[in-house]
Amino acid sequence: MGSLKIENVKKAFGPVEVLKGINLEVTDGEFVVFVGPSGCGKSTLLRVIAGLEDSTSGRVVIDGEDVSATPPAKRGIAMVFQTYALYPHLTVKNNMGLGLKQAGTPTAEIERRIGIASSMLSLEPYLERRPAELSGGQRQRVAIGRAVVREPKLFLFDEPLSNLDAALRVNTRLEIAQLHRRLKATMIYVTHDQVEAMTLADKIVVLNAGRIEQIGGPMELYNSPANEFVAGFIGSPKMNFIDGARLGETARTIGVRPEHLTVDPKSGSWKGTVVHAEHLGADTNLYLDCEKAGLITVRIFGVYDAEPGATLYATPDPAKTYRFGADGKVLK
Amino acid sequence: MSTRSLPRTIGAHAILLTYTAIALFPVILVIMNSFKSRAGIFGAPLTPPTPKTFDLIGYSTVIGQGDFIHYFQNSLVVTVASLFFVLLFGAMAAFALSEYRFRGNSLMGLYLALGIMIPIRLGTVAILQLMVASGLVNTLTALILVYTAQGLPLAIFILSEFMKQVSDDLKNAGRIDGLSEYTIFFRLVLPLVRPSMATVAVFTMIPIWNDLWFPLILAPSEETKTVTLGAQLFLGQFVTNWNAILAALSLAIMPVLILYVIFSRQLIRGITSGAVK
Repeated sequence: MGSLKIENVKKAFGPVEVLKGINLEVTDGEFVVFVGPSGCGKSTLLRVIAGLEDSTSGRVVIDGEDVSATPPAKRGIAMVFQTYALYPHLTVKNNMGLGLKQAGTPTAEIERRIGIASSMLSLEPYLERRPAELSGGQRQRVAIGRAVVREPKLFLFDEPLSNLDAALRVNTRLEIAQLHRRLKATMIYVTHDQVEAMTLADKIVVLNAGRIEQIGGPMELYNSPANEFVAGFIGSPKMNFIDGARLGETARTIGVRPEHLTVDPKSGSWKGTVVHAEHLGADTNLYLDCEKAGLITVRIFGVYDAEPGATLYATPDPAKTYRFGADGKVLK
Repeated sequence: MSTRSLPRTIGAHAILLTYTAIALFPVILVIMNSFKSRAGIFGAPLTPPTPKTFDLIGYSTVIGQGDFIHYFQNSLVVTVASLFFVLLFGAMAAFALSEYRFRGNSLMGLYLALGIMIPIRLGTVAILQLMVASGLVNTLTALILVYTAQGLPLAIFILSEFMKQVSDDLKNAGRIDGLSEYTIFFRLVLPLVRPSMATVAVFTMIPIWNDLWFPLILAPSEETKTVTLGAQLFLGQFVTNWNAILAALSLAIMPVLILYVIFSRQLIRGITSGAVK
């Protein structure tokens, strides 16, 4: 219970085509993350799945049932929003129970489900409070709790962590991961943050300009990106792209991740000058201006002392160098 | 303000106090003189009532002559009913304009806002013909209809701007929880735009209460007279009963002042906190 199939979904706002034919299959219990830059259509796709936007064409199938014409409340979904979207006039308890009350669930059952959800999210002390009396993290937990009590076939998360501060974001991320493990529910999660995508997902869907660029597990996307866009989007710091012609290669672009470069003060493939060094403790990011390769980023694990202006040689790991053709696709 | 020097503070207060004095002067003058005898009003119009000039003749004339309680009632009924319809329909139209995408949305918005630029009084003759034809002359309904039409354009214009600011997520959360569009409108959106509703209410209410034009034309009968029209009773061609007029005006300030206080409380009370970050 909780599979999703999207068939050739297109969405246009007037002349602007936001989704240009999306095909996707999500199996029961999967955690799927839609990731992409702003304006790529990921939130619109989520809204189409939720039924908050009608697709211009195509079908949305939940659990084998075409829901393209079903209103959001009858689709068996629950959604967590970026801005929490709690009802300001209701207490935490009533916020969580409203959907069930609307659906005509018996009071005892509503109470039972709120009890389970609030203990799961440690919200018991706040049940009688109003949203205004809660902190940001608590509000987002209430919003998650409101989704949990509905026992939906599909959980939809629309950038739920974007409004939280860094420390809280890590905690809440962990809670969502645990929630997924405990409920074994199908979850679809939209984010622009590739770290969230990598840490949470079973399957990542990379979107760009209304199209799916690649679908795969986090490691699959990291190790074998299908094209330049995915290669650049997944991984932090970003992959270095070097003009193939400058290196005398046949491929149009050569890609190498910062962590797959080694540096040596004496010898190496690309000679360069240190422009800037970022010391993060666990690793060091060096920005090198190379004669052959241009400005590149090198990530060194551990502490590495390099002053700006020093000369260093960078050497890419040949096994982990990607070659992209003129169409941006990876060359085998 | 980090640099709060004394001269600046004094300057700011001086300007504000001067403005307050200028704004309140006519009101105070009216109220002051309403408690004076006729000789007192003309002899020394700028002095407060002294034991010598104090006289309640104006008030007793107003209460004794003509049916002022009834006029008040009419004014109140017209104002409150018009206000209710303006706020209800204005908010509904604004919600539709800001929330739903449909063909001709912006054109419709423009059409509805057009009334701000065209004074309704230009259509007085046509309105009068319409009211005669529908048999509504000398009824409060006629006034309520006209005032509702008069107030709607500005209400829609202001409210749709505010409605656009209400979080989409909140409305969508309601939709997912199975709330109807009406429930979303009345329970989620309206409470969040309450301060702007109060603004619109004040803007709408005062011209309606003070209007003389339409009561004079559409409902001049004794039964349907409003306060402003009633006060004209004392404005004769040859003799004007200033005591009575000033007393009537002083009394007319009260209800609208009370309504204003009610709404201005709402203006101050921000209630969006907690709904969205």
